[in-house]
Amino acid sequence: MADPAISVESLTVQYGDHRVLDGVSLNIEAGEVMALLGGSGSGKTTMLRHIIGLERPTSGTVRVRGVDINRCSPKELRDIRRTMGVAFQECALFNAMSIEENIALPLHELTNLADPVIEIMTYMKLAAVGLGQTAKQMPQELSGGMKKRAAVARATALDPEILVFDEPSAGLDPIVAAGLDELILILKRAFHMTILVVTHELASAFRVADRVAMLYKGSLIAVDTKDAFQHSTHPRIRQFLDRVADPIAESTAIQDHFRELAGMAGGQK
Amino acid sequence: MNVLEGIGGGAVRGLAYLGGLTIQGWMGLRATPRVLPLVGKRGRWRAALRQMAAIGVEALPMVATMSACAGFILAMQAGAELRRFGALKYVMDTVAVGFTRELGPLLTAFVVSGRSGSAFSAEIGTMVVTNEIDALRTMALDPIEFVLAPKYLAAMITIPCLSIMSNAFGILAGAGFMFITTNIRLPMYLRYVANSIELRDVFTGLLKSLVFAIIIVNVGCLEGFRTRGGPDAVGRSATSAVVWSTFLVILADVFFTAIFYLVRKG
Repeated sequence: MADPAISVESLTVQYGDHRVLDGVSLNIEAGEVMALLGGSGSGKTTMLRHIIGLERPTSGTVRVRGVDINRCSPKELRDIRRTMGVAFQECALFNAMSIEENIALPLHELTNLADPVIEIMTYMKLAAVGLGQTAKQMPQELSGGMKKRAAVARATALDPEILVFDEPSAGLDPIVAAGLDELILILKRAFHMTILVVTHELASAFRVADRVAMLYKGSLIAVDTKDAFQHSTHPRIRQFLDRVADPIAESTAIQDHFRELAGMAGGQK
Repeated sequence: MNVLEGIGGGAVRGLAYLGGLTIQGWMGLRATPRVLPLVGKRGRWRAALRQMAAIGVEALPMVATMSACAGFILAMQAGAELRRFGALKYVMDTVAVGFTRELGPLLTAFVVSGRSGSAFSAEIGTMVVTNEIDALRTMALDPIEFVLAPKYLAAMITIPCLSIMSNAFGILAGAGFMFITTNIRLPMYLRYVANSIELRDVFTGLLKSLVFAIIIVNVGCLEGFRTRGGPDAVGRSATSAVVWSTFLVILADVFFTAIFYLVRKG
């Protein structure tokens, strides 16, 4: 069998005394859409930053198409990065450049294509995400959803084999978010891209993903097909799926604190 | 014990900062040829040209005004003392030598560090905070080459040029003073000035301003790259970019002036 597109092996990340990821292992096969779920603070953004090679793990390996991205030569890393597109949560469009220049940048910098070819490709990418009319505008003139789509266009500029999305639907209204989900599915079907979506939006994850992985407090508690995941009986997964709050308000410490605030004798039950 | 700990910790942090500056400075120098026209990456020199306009051309009115004022001040202060000995003509030497060796490069460095050093760190700091630097890295583009190198090249060209302009305006202000006090006209003043300064003074001044340029760009960019957190962190790095680059410019000035002094004496 071919190497998995992305292979994470016992990835451990520790900042000081705080262990953010604890021996996480995950394989993402070529051509599949994997949704990485998890609540706030579960370590999913940290895991993403390690998968795209922005940070070095405390221990463990991350292989992208068989290459260990923390131990390879700078040239190998450059080659890997060229086959990987990343759409950041905050879009990370270059604010000093127009939308068109943003998408053309990787083409200008990393290919030897002639300017007219780059222009045509830029407009194709923008048209594919439905932004053909806004090419000359600056990022700050666009709405949140349009920025996200521009970020997707830039991430796909070099026709990557692997595409990584960080919270694609965070902060968007349901209609725009659904549009982004459809865009992800089109990219998968049309270009056979391997796609990793990091999200906490269940609806979006179940719409786009083939398989779902769930992080809880730095460990993976499930890696499963989405059907099996939806019928899981694991208490944490059920809590996540059924939207049950953690019992913070019931803890005695908080109740005592509220009593004090209300001027009642502290600690009295 | 605590005092010693404090001194030691401060020294270690200071050395780490200087180390960071050195590494970044070296990486920046290595990336700079890729910004040059013809031999560099295509289109990259346009970024350097934009930076040259921002660092150099736009700073010229301020540098000119400040230098003229400082030249006039220097002439008046020197004149007040020298007049008592009937040696008013040495005002011309003071202004000419003072500016070419010292004041021109220094005033220019202060103006550029205030105008552009803070702008560098604010620009890069904002890029860090909004993940633009991360985006560059994931696109296999080196932030040093892409963001720092154009500024490096632009500063190393424009800051010495600005210093020359500063010298010119300072010396011209001296001419104004001499005309008012002793009615010496401009052509005569210039002839005297040309005799009193040596080419070596001009070169040492330009060498200094090249070093100042490297310091200002590196400190501004390092403060930017080290920005962590939100928008308030961007403001803090802009402030410390100006504070640190001014401080290091003065330190470098003492160092180089001492070397030139010893060389001249020996």
